[in-house]
Amino acid sequence: MAVVETPTGAPEAYRWEGNIEELRGLVSERAFTGETMLLNMGPHHPSTHGVLRVLLELDGEQIVNAVPDVGFLHTGIEKTIESKTYEKGVTATDRMDYLSPLSNNMAFCLAVEKLVDLDVPPRAQLIRVICLELQRIASHMVWLGTHAIDLGAMSVLLYAFREREKVLDMLEMLSGQRMMGSYFRPGGVWRDITSDFKPTLVKFLGEFPRAVEDYQRLLEKNPIWVDRTQGVGVIEPERALAWGMTGPALRGSGVNWDLRKSMPYSGYEDFAFTVPLGEHGDVYDRFMCRILELWESMKILHQALERLEDRGPFRSDDRKFVPPPRSELGQSMEAVIHHFKLWTSGFDAPDEEVFAAVESPRGEIGCYLHGTGGNMPRRVHFKTPSFMHISSLPLLTQGHFIADLVAIIGSVDIVLGDCDR
Amino acid sequence: MPDIAPPRDAADALQAAMPDALLDSHGFRDETTLIVPPAQVVDVCRFLRDTPGLVFNFLSDISAVDYWPELDRPERFGICYHLLSMLYGRRLRVKIFVAEDKAEAPTMTSVWPGANWLEREIFDLMGIRFSGHPDMRRVLMPADWDGHPHRRDYPLGYEQVQFSFNAEEIMKHKPFAKE
Repeated sequence: MAVVETPTGAPEAYRWEGNIEELRGLVSERAFTGETMLLNMGPHHPSTHGVLRVLLELDGEQIVNAVPDVGFLHTGIEKTIESKTYEKGVTATDRMDYLSPLSNNMAFCLAVEKLVDLDVPPRAQLIRVICLELQRIASHMVWLGTHAIDLGAMSVLLYAFREREKVLDMLEMLSGQRMMGSYFRPGGVWRDITSDFKPTLVKFLGEFPRAVEDYQRLLEKNPIWVDRTQGVGVIEPERALAWGMTGPALRGSGVNWDLRKSMPYSGYEDFAFTVPLGEHGDVYDRFMCRILELWESMKILHQALERLEDRGPFRSDDRKFVPPPRSELGQSMEAVIHHFKLWTSGFDAPDEEVFAAVESPRGEIGCYLHGTGGNMPRRVHFKTPSFMHISSLPLLTQGHFIADLVAIIGSVDIVLGDCDR
Repeated sequence: MPDIAPPRDAADALQAAMPDALLDSHGFRDETTLIVPPAQVVDVCRFLRDTPGLVFNFLSDISAVDYWPELDRPERFGICYHLLSMLYGRRLRVKIFVAEDKAEAPTMTSVWPGANWLEREIFDLMGIRFSGHPDMRRVLMPADWDGHPHRRDYPLGYEQVQFSFNAEEIMKHKPFAKE
């Protein structure tokens, strides 16, 4: 398209042709008189962590109103799962929150297991806990790196991604994939841990504390970091709760709510760990909550590693829901029948509804699942933390500068795939 | 530490306080569902939030479900409010049924402002309007989109595979987003 100079000097390609009346009610009346300025941030802005567009109403450099616009990554994952059998649905959930796919798997698997009343052997639960905590570390590493680079601390990104790579290598050992492994399946996990997994995890747990200490030394008392984050994006606990915030964003305001502790699933009740809490509800406290969570994750991993036996059941042996091991197929006609049934039509679930929630690195992922009586769900709905956090972005940003918006977006740790689904 | 009232059964408490608001209660696995009339759902939720012994202070989720084509429920659509009591560590589902020809429900934003986007999502994907909602626009789909994709009668949609001999022909009919 040729760029034509318009009388006002703005190139035609950049001229906005929308109707400003559409914005009435979203921005203040001052925007219509030209007293305040409207500015689009995103969807291609690097510090919006994906494709988030925020329409900003600015008074000078101060934010009067922020109107988030999402949906650029909407891929109809819930609709897709409605036409998949329960086991196949797991692969779609991976693609929602692409920085912690295993948390999504967990929410979906918990819901399916609740719907069909399927038990998971303790060892499989233990493997799941190890994976979830590794995933939390990997996700927090991306958060730390991108949050820091948004505020100008360049080197942290490189260090953080170095550690994340080690975690992803371990997840690859288990599932064959670095990110979208679909490792959790209804009834357990896809396959047993490999022989090199445990030594690698031991080695990682030996190295990782030093790395976290490094990050803390780089940022915790760094005067620029403290100036940019303390007192910015404050949200009071009451408002955070009313707006549906969860996870470290809620705990940064001092609300002691962690599903792993308060409503344990997958055997989290057997682990000793504490829930780090903030006090002021600002960007710095949310940052500290996540950093301290890394230490708690390590504690859980140490305990889990001690209990993890090299061999044992890794998924339920209820053949109505879980396919038989390959080795049985040669000897057992029953096994062949189960294998065929499960991989062609899957299993049936009752025409009932369940809700399961897990604590992902970002907050509470809720999975609402409604069966039909057949082999596919009637409705799957994921309540994702990023969706709730972006909806409360206007509260967090009001009165701050644009540069603080970047800090705030980083501190609530949004993933747009998680938001848009 | 202030005294905490012992937990009460939500269905009993609601039955005692608002007898006409409880149509049915239903248990499955370890979950309780209270079915209430749409007109009273806001009052019921406020009651559940503010009553000692219940204190369902947190709105976890609002989901909508479409019972087409079986239509074996009172109405075509169901809306589930998933409440969470952080004090007692338990969940509750409050459910309403909404008719197809008048797909509308009262907004929950006066009780929990966080319901704002959850209701927008339901409007966007399921086509149920929320009366009194401050900002009833689409949230995930483009503003000029036709239809509501999460309804069960909305086709999943497939793309024709393009080969070199028919690539241009198929390209002509592709429904790209309108500018």
